[in-house]
Amino acid sequence: MNRLFTILILMMIVLAAPVGPAQAVLPDEVLDDPALEARARAISTELRCVVCQNQSIDDSDAEIARDLRLLVRERLVVGDSDKQVMGYIVARYGDFVLLRPPWQPNTYTLWLAPPLMAFIIATLAVMFFRNYQVRKAAGLGPDPLSPDDRAELDALVERIASTTPPSSGQMGQFREELAEGLKPHPDEPAETGESEETKTGEANAPSSDTQTVADNTNESERTR
Amino acid sequence: MRRIVVLLPVAVFAALVGLMISLLTDSERNDDLSRLPSALIGKPAPETSLPPINATIPGGFSTADLKGQVSLVNVFASWCIPCLAEHPQIESLAERGVPVYGINHRDKPEAAETWLRRHGNPYIAVGADLDARASIDWGVTGVPETFIIDRNGVITYKHVGPITQDALDKKILPKLREAAGG
Repeated sequence: MNRLFTILILMMIVLAAPVGPAQAVLPDEVLDDPALEARARAISTELRCVVCQNQSIDDSDAEIARDLRLLVRERLVVGDSDKQVMGYIVARYGDFVLLRPPWQPNTYTLWLAPPLMAFIIATLAVMFFRNYQVRKAAGLGPDPLSPDDRAELDALVERIASTTPPSSGQMGQFREELAEGLKPHPDEPAETGESEETKTGEANAPSSDTQTVADNTNESERTR
Repeated sequence: MRRIVVLLPVAVFAALVGLMISLLTDSERNDDLSRLPSALIGKPAPETSLPPINATIPGGFSTADLKGQVSLVNVFASWCIPCLAEHPQIESLAERGVPVYGINHRDKPEAAETWLRRHGNPYIAVGADLDARASIDWGVTGVPETFIIDRNGVITYKHVGPITQDALDKKILPKLREAAGG
């Protein structure tokens, strides 16, 4: 088991290791001038292979990618600047060939949406955090219950209390439990502990309710 | 008030699902989304000058030949199966008197010749584009592609993929009429 885990970890490391991009550039395409070739490579990584959606012409084996690579090199040899080469290709294939979308009116939404979303989320987060701190400083817990909720909760507690023998101690215990976020099922009031359970069982005339409670206790004892 | 707050996310979700379904099922829009908008529409046809495939096929043409008439430029190849599928529609266009020019995309001259003999040659002129350089100038991403050129030599429409009977009736013919009228 341990060995398997080690092997998996090793595989992950191997797979995550940085692997250079697959090179589609063939030796016969490479220019003699290393400076020009470097520029050609840089331009090629910015241009989309139009038939392969999201691959640059630099690492696509598609025929059209090869044609475009050759074209880029041809333009560079003729003396075009990088910008002119890009312009030459964009004039034929449109902005779609640019893997990095340009900043222009029809891409404003594209560029602005992520920072805008981040700003909105950050603002909300700060607002929530401030609110939380103010409440904490004022000694308040989470939002207080609304009067409706309060009344509903009181009614529930009353109902639970009325199913067990009236005892102010138990009533107080339920209130404590509810305040702590524990919500015992109204029909199964006693889930606090085994000693409590047996007590209620003794105090009450044996009903089906207490029977199940007793069963539960037995089960938990058995599993232990 | 509370009910509204609870229902709001559900309503937003339902609206999103509705939007996505409508976008996915709207075939017209799908068609447009999956196809590249051509950078060349509304621009003068690129300057190309292509030699004939060989002595037996009429052809060789340059962009200057296109001026003064509404014409079609069809990029095809003998190895391209969709080109064969659209061939009857190209022929029917030629029969209607539309001048159709062919750019033979990266093809062996013998193969292109055999193909045109076997399936018929609807082209006024066929230019051989052996190295696909002309195709790049026209912004071609694959074969077949068809361009409509107006009298002034301006590209008014580009059809990507085979011209089906449906595309012929609904797109090519109306666009040709438009180009002729304008």
